[in-house]
Amino acid sequence: MKTLIEVENLSVAFEGNAVFKNLNFKINEGDYLCIAGENGSGKTTLMKCILGLDVKYSGAIKYGGITKNSIGWLPQRSETKRDFPASVFEIVLSGFAGKKETGLFYSSKQKKQALNYMETMEISGLKNRCFSSLSGGQQQRVLLCRALCAADRVLLLDEPVTGLDSSAVNELYTAIQRLNKSGITVIMITHDICSGLKYANKVLHISEGGYFFGEKSEYILTEYYKKAQGGI
Amino acid sequence: MENLLSVFSYSFFWRALIVGVLVSLCAALLGVNLVLKRYSMLGDGLSHVAFGAAAVALAVGAAPLKVAVPVVVIAAFLLLRISENGKIKGDAAIAVVSSSALAIGVIVATMTTGMNTDINNYMFGSILAVSKEDVVFTVIIAVAVILMYLLFYNRLFAATFDENFAAATGVKVKLYNCLLAVLTAVTVVIGMRMMGALLISSIITFPALSSMRVCRKYRSVTVVSVIISVFSFLTGLFLSVCYDMPAGASVVVVNLIIFLVLSFSGRIRK
Repeated sequence: MKTLIEVENLSVAFEGNAVFKNLNFKINEGDYLCIAGENGSGKTTLMKCILGLDVKYSGAIKYGGITKNSIGWLPQRSETKRDFPASVFEIVLSGFAGKKETGLFYSSKQKKQALNYMETMEISGLKNRCFSSLSGGQQQRVLLCRALCAADRVLLLDEPVTGLDSSAVNELYTAIQRLNKSGITVIMITHDICSGLKYANKVLHISEGGYFFGEKSEYILTEYYKKAQGGI
Repeated sequence: MENLLSVFSYSFFWRALIVGVLVSLCAALLGVNLVLKRYSMLGDGLSHVAFGAAAVALAVGAAPLKVAVPVVVIAAFLLLRISENGKIKGDAAIAVVSSSALAIGVIVATMTTGMNTDINNYMFGSILAVSKEDVVFTVIIAVAVILMYLLFYNRLFAATFDENFAAATGVKVKLYNCLLAVLTAVTVVIGMRMMGALLISSIITFPALSSMRVCRKYRSVTVVSVIISVFSFLTGLFLSVCYDMPAGASVVVVNLIIFLVLSFSGRIRK
């Protein structure tokens, strides 16, 4: 199987304090990787390293045949502007902005695809609504659709279910699983270890003392898993 | 009214009209992105730098525009870099740079030429001051701004709405930020002649703020900003000609009135 992302001896420190040290793992095409760990263990920071955003790190991240414009990302909730004057459709379509084929206008194919995603996430009725007038859960689904538009090969999700009610959570996980089955590699940070893990095939658990990376079947036998289940 | 009709026969009026409409249009387009990026003060900071540069140029007998354009472009880059690197926050950096440039400009001006009409014009603007060269220059810049807007509209939106997401998914955010800064810098310099260094930044921020009172879509915010900006300029110019009011200040006051009216009506609609 083709390796898409290979992380070697990755360490990050903020003002002298190590966030995590010497991470080594590989993500293959078609994987569904869950990243777990306590608050402050550096899950979001790791994701930003993979995305190539401004984080200073040591070690190496190698990309096998993927470029930035084949990656989709759902940032953590607090990170987007909430009072921006923009319609839902404008925001969802902006997922295509980095694509090479995007010219003066978004193509009708792109628009159709965006509408499809919006239907799956049940927000097509909100198409012309202003983003800032939506509820937290609705905004989350809009941003997820934007991530899906951008994700040709890899989809990175940072706590995707925050702010969603339980039926929406299930729908979202099924939608992500469908995408994964269609060949898109999924990397997801989750707090929700029980249902979040359901469709994953691999797990990365970061904690202060060290980390675990491997198949889900191995992970559920570890201390990390027991602690995470009991702890939350 | 007679004033208004007779003024059409003066070429200075036509020059002011062309430059004013184009500068208002550019300022409104750039302003939407700057305001939404929380960068409203960039125009203000740059206009003070432009004034400082123009004052120094007048003192040494150089052409003010030719000195101001490169200086302000460099200042725009520096301000962007400083706020990206984060040690000093963007607004503080702009405050420091803008008052320093203004101070230097005033000192140089008083010690050499004195605070004469030229200096006064640069501070508060004058429609008589627009030269033929300015017109050519303005047309070029306006074409550049409009082209950039049309070509990169979607990417500019992405980079403005969510810089990190855009950068992570392959939009060259830094390039667009630089482009925005350079075009703002040049727009500020050419607009300063007519609007005045102390007033020019308002035509960058006001139209965007006004249109955001009533519009809820990015596209309509952009279009309405341009309409408001050009309308305010024309009304301001009309007031200036008919009632002998200072042009730059009149444009700002018209913008203010529109802002107040739209804020009020926006509140009622809610």
